[in-house]
Amino acid sequence: MSNPLHALKNQIAVVGVGNTAYGNFPDVSDYGLGAQAFRSAIQDCGLDKNEIDGLVCCRVPYYARMGEILGLDPRWTLQMPPHGRMSGMSIVEAALALHTGAAKYVALIYANIGRSRRVNYGGEESAAFWDPWGFTSPGAAHAMMFRMHMERYGTTTRQLAEVSVAFRRHAMLQPDAVMKTPMSIDDHEASRPIVEPLRLFDYCLINDGAVCLILTTADRARDLKKPPVLISGFGARDAFRRSAIPNFDPDFWYAETRDAGEQAYAMAGVGPSDVDALMCYDNFSPTVLFSLEGLGFCQRGEAGSFVEGGTLQLGNRLPTNTDGGHLSNSYMQGWALNVEAVRQLRGECGERQVPDCEIVQYVATAPCTRSIIYTRG
Amino acid sequence: MLGHYDKPLPSGDPDARPFWQRAREHRLAVQRCDACGDRHFPPGPVCPACLSDRQSWEDVSGRATLLSWVLFHRAYWVSFRDDVPYDACLVKLEEGPILISNFAGGIPEGARAGMPLRVVFDDVSPELTLPRFVPA
Repeated sequence: MSNPLHALKNQIAVVGVGNTAYGNFPDVSDYGLGAQAFRSAIQDCGLDKNEIDGLVCCRVPYYARMGEILGLDPRWTLQMPPHGRMSGMSIVEAALALHTGAAKYVALIYANIGRSRRVNYGGEESAAFWDPWGFTSPGAAHAMMFRMHMERYGTTTRQLAEVSVAFRRHAMLQPDAVMKTPMSIDDHEASRPIVEPLRLFDYCLINDGAVCLILTTADRARDLKKPPVLISGFGARDAFRRSAIPNFDPDFWYAETRDAGEQAYAMAGVGPSDVDALMCYDNFSPTVLFSLEGLGFCQRGEAGSFVEGGTLQLGNRLPTNTDGGHLSNSYMQGWALNVEAVRQLRGECGERQVPDCEIVQYVATAPCTRSIIYTRG
Repeated sequence: MLGHYDKPLPSGDPDARPFWQRAREHRLAVQRCDACGDRHFPPGPVCPACLSDRQSWEDVSGRATLLSWVLFHRAYWVSFRDDVPYDACLVKLEEGPILISNFAGGIPEGARAGMPLRVVFDDVSPELTLPRFVPA
């Protein structure tokens, strides 16, 4: 076995998960939301919060203030930038810290107040080289990539709509979800264009909320309240050489997603056909198509036809983003998808539960691509 | 105020100044490494292939092919409000580097990936010239 990280297979467990309500909360700070999510995750696993000796903060402005609020003095702390790709990265980093003994119990806290504070994700907020031409925003970068996919492979916007329609259907079964009105392919096609070829329903939500996960080693996990969910595999590949256009890759991070997926599959000893549910980072709907191709759920260029007919919907071939994802549940930048993976494996998902769910894969296809395979402990 | 240019300006990155200076002279240029010949854009302080800091600027032909294009219906800057919908395109220069630009004169009839393009220079203010592209 050439990958030394394979020694971590099934060694690290997610033992607690928590989230706040999702919406528009102008009167609550990001720290307040983070504290709610942390308390919820602590209650979920039954751990004494003073046992937490590792802290990861993402989009929480200042780790020390978060620790002060929660009364924590960890011996391992990590502050991650507020990018969606950081959720998978953070979980992998926490697993490494736990495995080395740098920490025994790690709390990972993510909080977002972008809705109530009117964050735009473009223009002056994120100055870049291409501003003089008016080119800005991650959505425009994904629109540029999707046009290339259309031109190269003949993918259509009606095929793309399948992604948004599937996730909306799942959100309608999810009590916490922000968007629960039914959506059809025609509704998607009629939604207003933002940066063509993408439309409103291809864009993630922007909402307030927070998420917390608590991780520990598999042996410690056995003493906690709920059955542990194991991290059975993970894989990683960054793509910085071609990152001159932010959030853009001329090959849709195909090689990186394939590489991260192959690492994760080899470590877990499973393949795409074993995956019971996929949690796929969906900042914009095209990312889902790119992920499906990179991971090998379909051939390269064939994701459009693969998703036709509701493939990603519950009850069909590959239930994906069963909580409604970023498009319809909540813009928790990958964190809520990892929580959903845990809840599916615990059988806690009620109406949206995937039957006999044993293997769930998370993937974020991005300049830092990460995939994590979770299994029942 | 008549003639006041209020759209986003180049960032002031010192590595990119020669690009904007040449654009004002209606020359399109990319960075080329003196040590290994690698051509790259946007510019950086060292060559990403060999890390040499001996880099020059080389005028390119202005011939390119269209890779992709989009149409902004949302103005992320107030100064673009009167422009929507406006386009942006992604082009591959004959010499290799890819760059974001706009079509001069709107999305061309029959736009498709691979369409041959050529650069034109749009003097948007006395200080700023934007290289843009039209069908070749």
